[in-house]
Amino acid sequence: MSKEVGTENRPDNTAFTQQRLPAWQPMLSAGIVIPGFVLIGLAFIGIGVALFVTSRNIQVLERDYTGVEKDSFCYGCSDLKVKNCKCNLNFTLDKLFEGPVFFYYGLSNYFQNYRQYGNSKDANQLSGDKEYFLEPDESCAPYERDGGVPIAPCGALPNSMFNDTFKLYQMVNGTRVEVPFDGKGISWWTDYNIKYRNPPGTPLKKAFEGTTKPPFWPRPAYELDTTDPSNNGFINQDFLVWMRRAALPDFRKLYRRITEGEYAKGLPAGKYTLVIGYNYPVRAFNGKKKVVFSNVSWMGGKNKFLGIAYLVIGSMCVVMSIVMLIVYAKFKFPDEE
Amino acid sequence: MLRRRLNRLLGGDERRVDSRTIYVGHQPSPTEAFIPPKFCDNRIVSSKYTVWNFLPKNLFEQFRRIANFYFLIIFLVQVIVDTPTSPVTSGLPLFFVITVTAIKQGYEDWLRHKADNEVNKNLVTVLEDGHRMRKESEKIKVGDVVEVDEDETFPCDLILLQSTRDDDTCFVTTASLDGESNHKTHYTVPETEKDLESLNATIECEQPQPDLYKFVGRMYIYKNDPEPAIRSLGPENLLLKGATLKNTQKICGVAVYTGMETKMALNYQGKSQKRSAVEKSINAFLLVYLCILVSKALVCTTLKYVWQSKPGQDEPWYNQKTQREKDTNLYLKMFTDFLSFMVLFNFIIPVSMYVTVEMQKFLGSFFITWDRDFFDPEIQEGALVNTSDLNEELGQVEYVFTDKTGTLTQNNMEFIECCIDGFQYKYRDADTELDGFSVTDGPLSKMHEKAGKEREELFLRALCLCHTVQVKEPTGLCQDQQNNLMDSLEGLMVDGGPPPQEQRGFIASSPDEVALVKGAMRYGFTFLGLESKKMKIKNRNNDIEMYELLHVLNFDPVRRRMSVIVQTKSGDKLLFCKGADSSIFPRVRQEEVEKIRVHVERNATEGYRTLCVAYKKLSINEYASADEGLQAARLALQDREEKLMAVYNQVETGMTLIGATAVEDRLQEEAAETMEALQGAGIKVWVLTGDKMETAKSTCYACRLFQRGTELLELTVRTLEDGVRKREERLHELLLEYHKKAVQDAPPIKPSVSRGWSRANQDYGFIIDGASLSLVFNSLESNSSRYKNLFLQICQNCTTVLCCRMAPLQKAQIVKMVKNSKGSPITLSIGDGANDVSMILEAHVGIGIKGKEGRQAVRNSDYAIPKLKHLKKLLLGHGHLYYVRIAHLVQYFFYKNLCFILPQFLYQFFCGYSQQPLYDAAYLTMYNICFTSMPILAYSLLEQHICVELLLDNATLYRGIAKNAMLRWVPFLYWTVLGVFHGLLFFFGVRYLFGNPALQDNGQVFGNWSYGTIVFTVLVFTVTLKLALDTRHWTWINHFVIWGSLAFYVFFSFFWGGIIWPFLKQQRLYFVFANMLSSVSAWLVIILLILLSLLPDILLVVLRKPCGPHSRQRKAGESGAGGSQSPRSSARPLLMRTFSDESNTVA
Repeated sequence: MSKEVGTENRPDNTAFTQQRLPAWQPMLSAGIVIPGFVLIGLAFIGIGVALFVTSRNIQVLERDYTGVEKDSFCYGCSDLKVKNCKCNLNFTLDKLFEGPVFFYYGLSNYFQNYRQYGNSKDANQLSGDKEYFLEPDESCAPYERDGGVPIAPCGALPNSMFNDTFKLYQMVNGTRVEVPFDGKGISWWTDYNIKYRNPPGTPLKKAFEGTTKPPFWPRPAYELDTTDPSNNGFINQDFLVWMRRAALPDFRKLYRRITEGEYAKGLPAGKYTLVIGYNYPVRAFNGKKKVVFSNVSWMGGKNKFLGIAYLVIGSMCVVMSIVMLIVYAKFKFPDEE
Repeated sequence: MLRRRLNRLLGGDERRVDSRTIYVGHQPSPTEAFIPPKFCDNRIVSSKYTVWNFLPKNLFEQFRRIANFYFLIIFLVQVIVDTPTSPVTSGLPLFFVITVTAIKQGYEDWLRHKADNEVNKNLVTVLEDGHRMRKESEKIKVGDVVEVDEDETFPCDLILLQSTRDDDTCFVTTASLDGESNHKTHYTVPETEKDLESLNATIECEQPQPDLYKFVGRMYIYKNDPEPAIRSLGPENLLLKGATLKNTQKICGVAVYTGMETKMALNYQGKSQKRSAVEKSINAFLLVYLCILVSKALVCTTLKYVWQSKPGQDEPWYNQKTQREKDTNLYLKMFTDFLSFMVLFNFIIPVSMYVTVEMQKFLGSFFITWDRDFFDPEIQEGALVNTSDLNEELGQVEYVFTDKTGTLTQNNMEFIECCIDGFQYKYRDADTELDGFSVTDGPLSKMHEKAGKEREELFLRALCLCHTVQVKEPTGLCQDQQNNLMDSLEGLMVDGGPPPQEQRGFIASSPDEVALVKGAMRYGFTFLGLESKKMKIKNRNNDIEMYELLHVLNFDPVRRRMSVIVQTKSGDKLLFCKGADSSIFPRVRQEEVEKIRVHVERNATEGYRTLCVAYKKLSINEYASADEGLQAARLALQDREEKLMAVYNQVETGMTLIGATAVEDRLQEEAAETMEALQGAGIKVWVLTGDKMETAKSTCYACRLFQRGTELLELTVRTLEDGVRKREERLHELLLEYHKKAVQDAPPIKPSVSRGWSRANQDYGFIIDGASLSLVFNSLESNSSRYKNLFLQICQNCTTVLCCRMAPLQKAQIVKMVKNSKGSPITLSIGDGANDVSMILEAHVGIGIKGKEGRQAVRNSDYAIPKLKHLKKLLLGHGHLYYVRIAHLVQYFFYKNLCFILPQFLYQFFCGYSQQPLYDAAYLTMYNICFTSMPILAYSLLEQHICVELLLDNATLYRGIAKNAMLRWVPFLYWTVLGVFHGLLFFFGVRYLFGNPALQDNGQVFGNWSYGTIVFTVLVFTVTLKLALDTRHWTWINHFVIWGSLAFYVFFSFFWGGIIWPFLKQQRLYFVFANMLSSVSAWLVIILLILLSLLPDILLVVLRKPCGPHSRQRKAGESGAGGSQSPRSSARPLLMRTFSDESNTVA
């Protein structure tokens, strides 16, 4: 066989060319799979229990305030003709709502993931490129210009920014004590610090010269937060939260955190009033609005799905390994070689 | 191609006549007005493109492929219509594919240009007005007189005018044209002027045609006489472009065909593309996926408008339409929406699959070329892959059609014995150990009797004269290399150490002739060579006899005989004829036939090739008329072949039979084992041969194709002619009888039975010969199809079918019949000679054996292997593996794209059918190109689910993948269901997680891109790990590629999301991936979904195990081992005797 005559035409004798590369040939045998399944199953059940318990311990307070029903506390405001309408949501906490408490607003049947809607913005404008202030991208249409004046920020997505306002009061001895809201750190760090940039120029108002506010906005971009000058323009935290489009039509977005003062540890038991500045219209498209108080754990907000899924899959694995064991015991482990 | 077509257009007027006129040396003929005819120049253009037309032409060619065109359309839709994904997502892969293909084709074309230039710019010597001019080869015009030196190749097709050899011949080797390395003799046009300058002649010859061995023409030589002298021109006067001048110092010739009209160029044409069954499956699957795609788009479009019809949904205040949108026609909007959905889901049909499949085939075929097991030390060559498109077809073969001579047997002829006047002369020593079979019925007693000395010598002279063998001449230094090569060739042909005088090299196109000449030499008659039409023979008394060779009546497969007419010294004109018994016996006096027929038939049953030798003394009148007839026929421009044939037939009558020869053709190495393995693999072997039935039958027995228990059903001339009835009636009767036996009475073949090794029921072998076959095919209209059907059914129920006495075309006919029969089985033809080319081209897979009969079979084959024994590994090893690989590749590709796109489809239900893509454009683009392409490519090149040795040992494993088992609808359905399951799991798993999008421990929420990225991450990991689960053969490459792909995905995602990309409009993935990884919930859901997706597969692997491949392998191994032994004893290897090379002169 190994006559080395005339080697020039003879194919190379390498493991690769002869398809003889050393190879690991794993066989999934019952001996590996059954213990593997038991292990995975137990691990999953463990994780599942942890998730389930964690999720159960998360406190959530959710209230719809669309005001569709007549007896609803915001019924009066749901008519859009009333400007600057305010309605009060009263609720009572029986025990301490552990902090830090996160305050979300939620919208449903609201398609932030609508393609044309999502694309209707000018990314260059939002990254502070002044060239695009006067010449907004045409994807912004029909929110590109307002009476010939370019809109900044242009587009449907910025234009429809959520503009209900919330103020939380605790009733302490008959007086309303305002619970301080923390508006910092509600958006992604990278969005706030890198991705979105204000146009160069101080004051900010000057940078927005020659543009007009989006038609739906009550105030121009540079006056979004009158209390904090650094929270204006395109790096306004509420704006950033809004600009991160929700994945599904029923969504919630972080509005404020309660991290300050005596409320840092949570909301103590007692009576509270949430004063809602009702501005955002949703009834036209059968939308719903809600507010959510929640605290979070290592796994994020309350989510029963994960814990249950892990428990189910974990037990499934264990059951299957038992079934396999029975099957193999009956058929006498045919692959013992 | 284009050039040729163009030429045809331009030279339209010239085309209309069926001959062309050439003015030798461009001298005007005195009779006609000189019109310089237009012929194409001598440029060989094998390249397809020029620098200028490369881009448009190549693009055009590429977009003619339906897949590329589809992707182009998608791309254009994306450019024109406002679609969800940017044109880049489909443009980039398309661009990549097109560029890679263009570069590959461009490179190949550049190589062709280089080769063309080498030929076209080669300097040649042209005689112009008596001056020798050096010219570039491409400037040769038809009519130029060209001078060629020894060892140069001819620059165009030339008519030989002048040779430096005395006998006005020259030697030529056509190795580069048809692979025949023997020297062929070509002749100058007889009696032309020695002085070419003053030669005034025209040549009228046929229009260019590709047959290398056919040429007819006439030369008119104008001297002072008013009537031109006419000379006939035949292929022996034509020197073909590409052939090389040998043993001749210099020749001059006139160019008759140039450039693309030379026979070489006309023969250079791509074979028709063969398409594999896998490709048909792919196309069927593609159609299914196209339907899925269209229905998805339709569903989405419909639902979109249903959804929008609800109040408030169509145009909520936050998402006002632009004026233009409002103005657009509703139906137009619907149509654009439909297109947008198509674009969104178009990734379900991946561009990259085509690239991957092509790459797999191209690279995979290297493993065949590289296989050292295919290397044959004798010819110093390994396997050759002419097309890589059919690799997987090798694993699907159901019928093997094999040639006998040179394929089953070695085509290494050995003179065994002869019979003169009914007396047997055995060259071998009688003591040599012989088979019982051959000795018993041989009239041994006659061994010692001898025919008369005169007859004996006449017979041997006939052997010495009646052939076209050339003696290899002692040559100069420059040819040493050539000689060495031939010496070694000779050394192989004559085993052992032949005595010095036998060192003489004979070269002939057919090894039978060499064997016969050598046989005669052993009895004392040595052929010394042909010199100026005189054949020299050294007889037993060492005297030199000279015979003048008057005519050679060439061999052709239809006549199955050849003759020479020679003139002895005494002036007698003798015709010697040798040929197959069937063609000789009717042409000799009948009383001699019987005693020789006995020998011939006995020899044939022993598996020898027999030839009968006859002679005839021609009277002067006879010769004169024969000579005249031959000359006339050779001059004929039309139907020359037919006319020649008629003359031949007329001359070759009334001969006297002298004797017969038997030449042994030994079986190929391991022929029997190979055939056995093929049958074990469930492949039906048909032997198609031009040989006699008896010879072929014995070969079949020797190859264990027929076994002792096999009942033979014969449908031959012999069984048809048994009585008074007409052949047709008998045929009808026999067919019905056999049909009843083999088809109706046979127990219905259950798949389980046929799969098992045990063959309890009766084996049938079917034998048919060419004449009966043509009867079957050409009988009356009404019966023909019915007979064909009966015949086919009988054949399909027989284990082996032997078709003997087949003309090449009949071989192809049979292959075609089986190919087109019910279930369209995959056929494979294997052969080594020019007569097998038609069946090689006809079958699904054509295999050439690099045998001794030239290279035509190899050139026309899809794969070429040195020996028959290599077929076993080619089919059972490589074929099986390639099939499994590509089948898995195809299924996996469809699966992974289904579960890729399904979530995107489902997402439409949650985003108002707005064509919002779920994944980022980069992911959409890269998924098939980078993230998931390499592991499957590595798998499809390296996977050995069962190791090669096991595959070779257990031929039955081959049955497991028969009938396209892995690409039928059931496995396809399994993969599709799996894809759907995974897709649903990915989407809804993440959907429920996003019931609360606050997934980070800082309470921040995730948006739609995070959603998509989580789904995509699960997807990439799942499909890669699914492949890892399927991989049975983990080489380091698999490890590298699988883990590397996953690592690359993670790395890429970080990188892509980690930088603000200046060229992107939207940085929508900015830090999405990193943020996702910071969420514990995201991690947990990814792990959960991956595991849950793979769970069914793991379960399936484990539960299938008890009845899975492993146990089946063992069972097959046991029965295979048992089975391979039992038949071995049943047939004695008839032809496997070992011969000592002792010389034994009988005389």
